[in-house]
Amino acid sequence: MKVLVPVKRVIDYNVKVRVKADQSGVDLANVKMSMNPFDEIAVEQAIRLKEAGQVEEIIVVSVGVTKSQETLRNALAMGADRAILVEATDNVENDIEPLAVAKILKAIVDEEQPGLVLMGKQAIDNDMNATGQMLSALMGWPQATFASKIEMEGDSAKVTREVDGGLQVISVKTPCVMTVDLRLNEPRYASLPNIMKAKKKPMETKTPADYGVDVAHRLTIEKVEEPPARKAGVIVGSVEELVEKLKTEAGVL
Amino acid sequence: MAVLLLAEHDNETLNDATAKTVTAAQAMGGDIHILCAGSDCGAVAAQAAKLDGVAKVLCAKDAAYGHDLAEPLADLIISLAGDYDHIVAPATTNGKNVIPRVAALLDCMVISDISAVHGPDTFERPIYAGNAMATVKSADPKKCITVRGASFDAAGEGGSAAVEEIGAVANPGLSEWVEDKVVESDRPELTSAKRIISGGRGMGSKENFEIIEKVADKIGAAVGASRAAVDSGYAPNDYQVGQTGKVVAPELYIAVGISGAIQHLAGMKDSKVIVAINKDEEAPIFQVADYGLVADLFDAVPKLDAAL
Ligand SMILES: Cc1cc2nc3c(=O)[nH]c(=O)nc-3n(C[C@H](O)[C@H](O)[C@H](O)COP(=O)(O)OP(=O)(O)OC[C@H]3O[C@@H](n4cnc5c(N)ncnc54)[C@H](O)[C@@H]3O)c2cc1C
Ligand SMILES: Cc1cc2nc3c(=O)[nH]c(=O)nc-3n(C[C@H](O)[C@H](O)[C@H](O)COP(=O)(O)OP(=O)(O)OC[C@H]3O[C@@H](n4cnc5c(N)ncnc54)[C@H](O)[C@@H]3O)c2cc1C
Repeated sequence: MKVLVPVKRVIDYNVKVRVKADQSGVDLANVKMSMNPFDEIAVEQAIRLKEAGQVEEIIVVSVGVTKSQETLRNALAMGADRAILVEATDNVENDIEPLAVAKILKAIVDEEQPGLVLMGKQAIDNDMNATGQMLSALMGWPQATFASKIEMEGDSAKVTREVDGGLQVISVKTPCVMTVDLRLNEPRYASLPNIMKAKKKPMETKTPADYGVDVAHRLTIEKVEEPPARKAGVIVGSVEELVEKLKTEAGVL
Repeated sequence: MAVLLLAEHDNETLNDATAKTVTAAQAMGGDIHILCAGSDCGAVAAQAAKLDGVAKVLCAKDAAYGHDLAEPLADLIISLAGDYDHIVAPATTNGKNVIPRVAALLDCMVISDISAVHGPDTFERPIYAGNAMATVKSADPKKCITVRGASFDAAGEGGSAAVEEIGAVANPGLSEWVEDKVVESDRPELTSAKRIISGGRGMGSKENFEIIEKVADKIGAAVGASRAAVDSGYAPNDYQVGQTGKVVAPELYIAVGISGAIQHLAGMKDSKVIVAINKDEEAPIFQVADYGLVADLFDAVPKLDAAL
């Protein structure tokens, strides 16, 4: 079975974002970009399935700017076998919407026929939490979102999902789409020899037009603002003072 | 113009995320119809009918809807979608699971986790873990939306809408429910609690978490946790507050042994009053705290317990 893992290049999770003065978006010029942390977990899971003999080939895909190559090379260095870069824009600030990404992924799935698509539950830039569910809908496949445990069982899979009330276990038929949550695994670091080897692994470059997909936005951003700031607080000297202030000043006890 | 609103419930009680979503839906315009889908959700439909501003409740009872599986639920919503301009659900794990699927089937872009409604097609939503607020306008004929409960007040309960039973649609049979692993608790639920006390890595162990649980029970608070505390096994996953956990906005949020990483702040910085207890005076949590106490939590929390 082949596994497809879509990986997104996003602002590094340690970077504190700054909203641009003209309110058109956040400043992405010269900030550190990395693989979406959830996608690292998806890549790691694919590699573990391969190591367990349940998967033959891992294909990684990224939709975005040319530099998304770096993200794909990173996934190849971790252990993916080949990569597809879909150059959808030359502007790092033009983020492709989940619906368009899902349509491109559908075309790739139709071509490659993977038994499983493993992806992140959300991208930490836009926090949409949507692309996996959308791809699964377009394929008419089952979806197992927010996975914290995956057990492959022949032509189905048992998936433990992190839900509001605790955990839910479901069984899905393959082929299917799974989106992964943080506690599924701890992604490995790529070793230096593997980083070197990854440079020779195949990477195809495509465009949305190759797949007949229109990436025009359905949502327009009217403005992006700073969230309201909290006013500065005080440091209290003791537990007694804290309780006193919560009772009288704040009125919350 | 009408809004179809998917109710969040456990087949017995309506989750108050639904009432908060009704408030958001009122700002979108048009009649509001609540859809209750479940294995036996008659009681839930009756509760939904009482919410102010609701014109009608649709009740679909079928075993296929008993465990919130995305595929049959999405197909049911699609069968009703023709009559509606807005399809909305609370941004619970259930809403986040099903609404993007519905959107894709309608060839529409989903608008996730909105925090304000500026008109029928314009919405505000946090991006980058809440470090920026985007106002987006949708050009799609139907708007598929999930609503952040912490940003809206619950609708009142003076209504008396009619409840209409509707049939199920064919179950595509793509997935099956196996089991739920749910920890029963007498404490209030995190997303609706008025007071929350959360523990972080500083708690050191699962056993130590008991000291904040004692305080929680004294003041009727829910217990939350940082990701580090959940990852370390000190607390169950459904306690996690943050960008990838629950978003809360209680009247009082007490953070104990939590450093205040942006991913954690994303889930609690809209709380009315924030208290931080941390031994490191440089911890970023103090930048958002209304009241900070620089102290060892193993000293401060038992004292707090005693003082309450
Ligand atoms: C600076 C900035 C400017 C923007 N400008 C506009 C604008 O002008 N107009 C507008 O309408 N919208 C704009 N947007 C919003 C944007 O188009 C979407 O809202 C955004 O793509 C939401 O998706 P997500 O990345 O959160 O996806 P999610 O659904 O959260 O992603 C889930 C998973 O899907 C996969 N995935 C997602 N995207 C990709 C990808 N590109 N390649 C490979 N895998 C992927 C990954 O596995 C990922 O973990 C902008 C966003 C930003 C940050
Ligand atoms: C993609 C992604 C998503 C994430 N999502 C979330 C999320 O949803 N929620 C979340 O919480 N995190 C999330 N994180 C993790 C986040 O970045 C932090 O790692 C995490 O919040 C740290 O938890 P903490 O504050 O408990 O631990 P630490 O940062 O280790 O802080 C522990 C604090 O306890 C204090 N302390 C220790 N001992 C004592 C003592 N005896 N008395 C008093 N104080 C003490 C220390 O001074 C320190 O400040 C996410 C990370 C990523 C990459």
